[in-house]
Amino acid sequence: MTGEPMQRLISALLLLILVSGARIANAQGLEIDIVDGREAAIPVAIVPFAWEAASMPDPSAIDQIVRADLNRSGQFRVLRKEDVVELPARAADVRFPTWKMLKQDYLVIGRVLSAGEAGFRVEFELHDVLKQQSLLALALPVRPGEFRAVSHQIADLVYEKILGVRGAFFTRVAYITAKRQGEGKYEYAIWIADSDGFNPQRIVWNSEPFLSPSWSPDGRYLAYVSFERQGGHTIYVHELATGSRRLVSSFKGINGAPTFSPDGTRLAVTLSKGGNPEIYLLNLANNGLTQLTRHFAIDTEAAWMPGGNSLLFTSDRSGKPQIYGVSVDGGTPERISAAGEYNAKVTASYDGRLLAMVQGNKNVYRIAVVDRERGGAGAVRLISPGPLDESPSFAPNASMILYAAREGNRGVLYAASVDGSVRQRLALPDGDVREPAWGPFRQR
Amino acid sequence: MNTPIRVLVLALAVAGLGACTKKEVVKPMQSDPVRTTEQTPTQPMQDESWTNPALLDSKPCLVSRIAYFDYDQATIKSEALEMLKCHGKWLAANPGARISLEGHADERGSREYNVALGERRGNSVRDLLLANGGRGEQVGVVSYGEERPICTDSSDNCWSKNRRAEIVYTAKQ
Repeated sequence: MTGEPMQRLISALLLLILVSGARIANAQGLEIDIVDGREAAIPVAIVPFAWEAASMPDPSAIDQIVRADLNRSGQFRVLRKEDVVELPARAADVRFPTWKMLKQDYLVIGRVLSAGEAGFRVEFELHDVLKQQSLLALALPVRPGEFRAVSHQIADLVYEKILGVRGAFFTRVAYITAKRQGEGKYEYAIWIADSDGFNPQRIVWNSEPFLSPSWSPDGRYLAYVSFERQGGHTIYVHELATGSRRLVSSFKGINGAPTFSPDGTRLAVTLSKGGNPEIYLLNLANNGLTQLTRHFAIDTEAAWMPGGNSLLFTSDRSGKPQIYGVSVDGGTPERISAAGEYNAKVTASYDGRLLAMVQGNKNVYRIAVVDRERGGAGAVRLISPGPLDESPSFAPNASMILYAAREGNRGVLYAASVDGSVRQRLALPDGDVREPAWGPFRQR
Repeated sequence: MNTPIRVLVLALAVAGLGACTKKEVVKPMQSDPVRTTEQTPTQPMQDESWTNPALLDSKPCLVSRIAYFDYDQATIKSEALEMLKCHGKWLAANPGARISLEGHADERGSREYNVALGERRGNSVRDLLLANGGRGEQVGVVSYGEERPICTDSSDNCWSKNRRAEIVYTAKQ
């Protein structure tokens, strides 16, 4: 064989490997798509971590994951990788004037070392560039395959040190997909993935729809609605670690909109067994039911306020869907939503200060965030462009919101900063994605 | 509902009907010989009798099985009235007939609210069927919300096709 064809073959093979590699990466993750920037974002430089371990480097680049996390939050503007001109791995190697000249407020450096049998240790440091001071220096143990998880933990620690708020990157999200399998046939599935869309795992799937995934406060269970039983809806509580699930509600009519109480002992659900959709509380220990609303209108989509003393829900008792609040002990519901023709599917931030909901005006449905501590015009902010946005879900630290949007004929997910300044699309390669639910904090 | 199962149910129902017609002569309930002999010559298949299963697939108001609704509404529109009265009459004439009413909504707004809206539409149709001769045990309602669109474009035309209640016979007679 002459040299030239051999070379061609090698280049073709290389190209094939590159292309398939890129496709795998794409199938795993999400399209990074910063829609809008924020002037006040804090400039941070993240230096690629030095690989000082004996084995081959892990393909997960820690600095890239941390960079993407911090950028997505909208709170930070991370220096582009090509502008990282020096590669210090230790405090002694840092030349602060370089980073000051690049107008960076903070600097993150680190290295990966061998530790124990087949294990690693990641050491990282956060420096204040202006004060020329180390703010944080930590070592985290890593097992093979855990580099993405550890990268999210590093992003959380940097976020918390600078902003004083716990980071929520080392968390998981749940969502539902619908994939067309032929004429009129679909496969519906519930998935969980890392907060950036990587490591998707299919939890349950069926030819009939699933709806309304809801996390238990400890992150061990998902409650959801399934249409898989002939002629009716049912609610399951699914244990993620074992894959076993329990049927908790299968009354005649609607069994819908389950949401765990903050203490995890009850589900708020919508049942129409009495002839009309009403909110009930379902005690998970003894299956006892308490009816919370009594009205001939539609009452559904209950959301708990933190502390568990009251709930919010969607009701069309005034003629159009609006948000109402009611005590956990019952009583007369009070209308909460003011602006907008159509308000539905409310959810509260961990501290109860912010409410997110779907707001419809003249055929355009957007995600509205209401700040309950502010009055006047600033109290309601529309953080998504529409026209068919739905299912908002707060990160556990309320810094970001996941929501679903329609683009063309398919559903996609967006992660938006809570002020709407940054939006990033989390898209799966095919299928229709909907109903994101952001899980709770995880134990490190 | 799962389509293969629905087809199976339908096939079983049809097979059952066939068997019933043949057996009718020997059924103890139908033992009156005068009536049997009367029935055979005076029941041609084109008969307009409300117990003739062929009517369900030939009479236009019975062939039509979808009621459409306005946005965020569950009020029966006047154009659906004749069709629904027809199905009510069929239920009255055929006590064994069973209907599943499948309520649907368009994609706008939230999913669980749309499940409730779909059920409300199914209930509106059920009430009208019951007011026109159907009995409670003959009619079930199941809502699919916005999960089973007929048409998947985000347009007024498409949405109007998706806001519907479908009559599905699980037993014809």
